Amino acid sequence: MPQPATNLWNNYNLNTSPKLKLLDGFQLFLMLSGIAQFLYCLVITTFPFNAFISGFAATVGQFVLTAALRAQVNPKNKSIFPTISPERAFADYVFGSALLHFFVYNYLG
Amino acid sequence: MPSYAYPPPRLDKDTSTTISSFLRTVILICIAGAAVASREFAVVRFESIIHEFDPWFNYRATMTLTKDGFYEFWNWFDPTAWYPLGRVVGGTLYPGLMITSGLIWKALHSLSIPVDIREVCVQLAPVFSGLTAFATYLFAREVGKDGSRESTGLWAALFIGIAPGYISRSVAGSYDNEAIAIFILMFTFYLWIKTVKTGSITWAAVTALFYYYMVAAWGGYAFITNMLPLHVFVLLLMGRYTSRLYVAYSSFYAIGTLSSMTVPFVGFLPLLTSEHMAPLGVFGLLQLIAFVQLVRSHVPEAQFKVLFRAALGVGLTMIFGGVWFMTRSGKIQPWTGRFYSLWDTGYARIHLPLVSSVSEHQPTAWPSFFFDLNFLIYFFPAGVFICFRELRDEHVFVIIYSVLASYFAGVMVRLMLTLTPVVCVSAAVAISSIFETYLDPVQPDTTEDAVAALTEDDKTKSSKESKASKRSNRKLSSTKSGVWGIDVRAMPIIAFTFLASLFVLHCTWVTSTAYSSPSVVLSSRNADGSNNIIDDFREAYYWLRQNTKEDAKIMSWWDYGYQIAGFSNRTTLVDNNTWNNTHIATVGKMMSLNEEAAYPLLRQHDVDYVLIIFGGLLGFGGDDINKFLWMVRISEGIWPQEINEQKYFTNRGEYKVDAEASEVMKNCLMYKMSYYRFAEVFGGGQAHDRVRGQVIPNTPIQLDTLEEAFTSENWIVRIYAVKKEDSLGRDLKSANAFANGKRKKRVKAAKKNSLRRGA
Repeated sequence: MPQPATNLWNNYNLNTSPKLKLLDGFQLFLMLSGIAQFLYCLVITTFPFNAFISGFAATVGQFVLTAALRAQVNPKNKSIFPTISPERAFADYVFGSALLHFFVYNYLG
Repeated sequence: MPSYAYPPPRLDKDTSTTISSFLRTVILICIAGAAVASREFAVVRFESIIHEFDPWFNYRATMTLTKDGFYEFWNWFDPTAWYPLGRVVGGTLYPGLMITSGLIWKALHSLSIPVDIREVCVQLAPVFSGLTAFATYLFAREVGKDGSRESTGLWAALFIGIAPGYISRSVAGSYDNEAIAIFILMFTFYLWIKTVKTGSITWAAVTALFYYYMVAAWGGYAFITNMLPLHVFVLLLMGRYTSRLYVAYSSFYAIGTLSSMTVPFVGFLPLLTSEHMAPLGVFGLLQLIAFVQLVRSHVPEAQFKVLFRAALGVGLTMIFGGVWFMTRSGKIQPWTGRFYSLWDTGYARIHLPLVSSVSEHQPTAWPSFFFDLNFLIYFFPAGVFICFRELRDEHVFVIIYSVLASYFAGVMVRLMLTLTPVVCVSAAVAISSIFETYLDPVQPDTTEDAVAALTEDDKTKSSKESKASKRSNRKLSSTKSGVWGIDVRAMPIIAFTFLASLFVLHCTWVTSTAYSSPSVVLSSRNADGSNNIIDDFREAYYWLRQNTKEDAKIMSWWDYGYQIAGFSNRTTLVDNNTWNNTHIATVGKMMSLNEEAAYPLLRQHDVDYVLIIFGGLLGFGGDDINKFLWMVRISEGIWPQEINEQKYFTNRGEYKVDAEASEVMKNCLMYKMSYYRFAEVFGGGQAHDRVRGQVIPNTPIQLDTLEEAFTSENWIVRIYAVKKEDSLGRDLKSANAFANGKRKKRVKAAKKNSLRRGA
């Protein structure tokens, strides 16, 4: 592995709190799930297109919302989100995810 | 200690907050009242009916919704429209308007206020214009300068409440999608500004919900779809990326796009068409930037540069390559014609006669900007300039919005509607900053010094004490006159108050004279000033409703399709939803062929009645002879061998209906139907067409395949019944000639016989 990449990995391990790592793990899972769905769609079939869309949109949407939560609860970003406490951020996250999944189930067909 | 031009009101802080919030509420209620009241001219003068053409379909759909329930409405297949084809209504309309008024109707009924659905539909636009004023207040309050937020909001609410550019689309009775769309547009924009400012997921989710409502309500949702990513993109280019922006846009896009696809008419379009590629591209770009920022926080600057260059190259290639490949390979559909004609303004005229035949799709002339916006139009650039000076994130939004909307409004008359809100907001920014400047009682000390410094240059030898005394003298006198004095402050305030009151007068006048006439009922003034109502349309539509079979098929030009379905409740061949160009061209072809050629087509399409609009007797300009060239053009696009526009002109290339008209013109179905028995009205005198200003030849027109079924009082609507095939199998022309000739012969023969008998 080239020098910058190992450096990045070490710094990440060193500087990131366990909670953020947990979120990152979840994001990694969502990403893999999305990639798997996309490969299935490319290789085998897109046939129930709306089902593919809703499944894929669920992973992408959840990934993005988790990234948003990660940004909001990161103590380094305190100055960027002055009005949002971590608890508020989590409630926002739950609301956003519930709404997303409402539309996902609605669209599964 | 600041000096004051006039004594400021001495109130403690709580009292002044209470007073200002009370005043704010009262002002907003008054503005909403004015917005509703100024839209009622047509209802007060005429009656409470639906105007125009499109609203008739919306009204009919709403009636279906309230009568049959939501699921029936959702799966509604209408066999009476587009006759042989039918129309899947549930999948080809934006249901937001109908559902909104259906819900209001339901709520009123559950409160035991039994209102007819027609009243709800008629009054929906005025009520929503009150809400628009409120939404614009919220939006402009975010945009205004720190000291004058509230006043900016209130000015904007006042402007949008009565500006004719918006009233033209939202008078009582104009039950069209735009009636609720502008409210949703402004509210979505307000929520978006809020989202960008706070960076909270909740605001983003609520923005997405309102975006969903907008998608369900109006085809103009594409404007929001492209506005928000453009805002984000410009902020990125300005180097204003923050995590707030990432949270705001990504959450909005994830929820908003999926929700917009649940509207059946939209379907997969957000993934497949070029109009929706900008939001997708910006979404991808934001992910990339966020990831880069994350990496940046973990490695030193020098190493970051290496990583960054590699990632940037790969990322940009993937995004642009992907979009380009998808467009080229046909996975993504290119711009739709209507949308594309906004960029290439000559496109519609050449390729889409159907789009350019609509008068609203023409470019806007200068006077209509002044007519619709009065003094707002020259405050508009000033407000944009003030936005440039402060340039917060929301100002960038207003600037982009104003540039885009100005362009679109210049290309198409109809899009004046989307320009009006931003003009109101930015004019409010300008005028509120003027009022803030001249009403603020505080006199800045620095200028005193500057003035003192100037005088110092003049009189360098005077002593310090005398200077000080002079300064205090000036301080006293300046409260009455001078640059900071009461008089100078009063002048601009009086001037701009005067302008604003002129604006109110102008708006009321424009609304009253230009935009408050129902197109179903025509009115004219008699010499003594009394009103003369011409009600031919309804007369004819009710004749159809009461005197024809329930399953009779009516052919007319597409303009009247919705009204025939709404008023007469009969089956039509084409209507204002112009989804099938060929079918419209077929109708145009039947209208522009001669009788013998048109008759088989009429029979093939089971046409029972043909309805045309003829304004030649009364001088009603919007009749079918004036629209006739569009019928010819549209059908020529499909059948160039059979229809040729040139043949309808005279030898010198003029479009005439008098004796000089070409033979093809004189023999076409439309001409014959329009002028059938027209000369008889004038009793042998010159038959004068009052629209074209030409004299119609006196030779009687012979109709073989049609017979006149109904002609309204002022000859505006003429209805012809299509004859059945001859029972002896002759063609109708010879049958008709035989019938006419035979009668003459018989009379003669009978006479001869009687003479013989007598002799």
